[in-house]
Amino acid sequence: MRSLAKPSAWEKFFWPLLTAGVLLIAWRYSVVWTGTKVFPSPALVAHGFVELVHKHVLWKDIGDSLRRVALGYGAAVLTGIPIGLALGWYPALNQVVNPVVQILRPISPLAWIPVAIILFGIGDPAAVFLIFLSAFFPIVVGCAGSVSSVPSIYRRAGRNFGFSPLQVLTKVVFPAALPQILVSLRIALGVAWLVVVAAEMIAVDSGLGYLVIDSRNSGKRYDLVVAAMLTIGVIGLALDIIFRRLEKLRSLRWGFRHES
Amino acid sequence: MVAAENRTVLPKLRLDHVGKVFESDGKTVSVLDDLSLDVAEGEFICLVGPSGCGKSTLLNLIGGFLALSSGAILIDGEAVLGPDPRRILVFQERGVFPWLTVEGNIGFGLGKLTPFERRQRIAHYVQLVQLSGFEHSYPADLSGGMQQRLQVARALAVDPDILYLDEPFGALDSVTRLVMRQELLRIWQTERRTIIFVTHDIDEAVQLADRVVVLSSRPAKIQEVVTIDLPRPRNISAPRYLELRDQLLDSIGLAHAI
Repeated sequence: MRSLAKPSAWEKFFWPLLTAGVLLIAWRYSVVWTGTKVFPSPALVAHGFVELVHKHVLWKDIGDSLRRVALGYGAAVLTGIPIGLALGWYPALNQVVNPVVQILRPISPLAWIPVAIILFGIGDPAAVFLIFLSAFFPIVVGCAGSVSSVPSIYRRAGRNFGFSPLQVLTKVVFPAALPQILVSLRIALGVAWLVVVAAEMIAVDSGLGYLVIDSRNSGKRYDLVVAAMLTIGVIGLALDIIFRRLEKLRSLRWGFRHES
Repeated sequence: MVAAENRTVLPKLRLDHVGKVFESDGKTVSVLDDLSLDVAEGEFICLVGPSGCGKSTLLNLIGGFLALSSGAILIDGEAVLGPDPRRILVFQERGVFPWLTVEGNIGFGLGKLTPFERRQRIAHYVQLVQLSGFEHSYPADLSGGMQQRLQVARALAVDPDILYLDEPFGALDSVTRLVMRQELLRIWQTERRTIIFVTHDIDEAVQLADRVVVLSSRPAKIQEVVTIDLPRPRNISAPRYLELRDQLLDSIGLAHAI
């Protein structure tokens, strides 16, 4: 692990796996040494995981959670990007709307739960609404910021080649801002995945969040709780990896040069 | 011949008592004061002057990116009211679009052509600025000099009648700068356009220009217009070259010794 040398292929997998292994061993022995009867050992969790798979609840819960995120996050992307672009493009509009956005933005999506239940009742729409809210504000703020940070040289070049304001927005400002827009989309997806679990604990009776709370409530099955938690973590990681792949596309890589 | 010379020809570009005043915090700052100049078709003009004197402001006014405070700017007898694809401004750096390839950048302003014409035009300018083999490269993979050649190619591709260059080689190292000057002159001699070239480099001006326009410090006036009567290719050690250079250094008020 010389810091200047490029890690070789096996090191890329070896060190993370070693870390995970050490943590698993530490987990196992802390359970053994403390003699806890409540918290499960890794082996029990693995059993619980197999049980979830066999009872066919896990795939359905994963599917339900992903569906809610797809709906809520999708709606946030479809509305948030145009609104964010408009706010960045028209500073006057931004001055009017920005104070409201800045007040709503720091409110945790969880604080919206009562409002969501009043509006939509207990059920899927309430959960989707919460996910939408959680992703909407990061996307709007990120897009608006990305547009206003596009160097004016690009806009001037666009105008010089005879482009209309709309063409400058779509053909110059949007591609110039895209790397930063993608970053805000990735952050928003992470938040949406956090919030779906919380929303499912309250508003619905399926999904990974429900699985966690249900496993605890019906028989204190902490092995299933931890198995569900780890599943949530792995899927969150997978979503993030997919997004990072997107950022590595050839035509987008220019904007992420500082990361490589 | 004599008759043709005597005929009064409309200048390509005319600055008619141009003035620019900026307002900030209720105070008005006069940047350009009563500039008048005629530029002939196909002429290579260099604008020089002390830094901060308003050279770039003048170029942005001529390019239509800023509004005049007084006077008028006429191209072919028509007032300049805004940016126009018939005249392209080349920026000092970071002017090319990093999300487009070399081809994409050159083709940027060619949306109105048929795909076939577009491909031909791109191929022609890739070759002209010697970027063959880099058609599919992104600007980040090009050197600073190559990026500037790309920017020039993108500008020329839309077939403008005037090119405005705002210190286009200012961010390059001195060797690349010299090569780029040769390149620009070669391109200018093959595809004759009117060029207005802003620089703070006296040598650059004497090497490139037909006429050098010297601006004074703020508020800038035209201090002197020096005709560079050197045949091309120019010998940069010739006595006449050094004489003109000294004259410009004097005009700007720089010492000849360091």
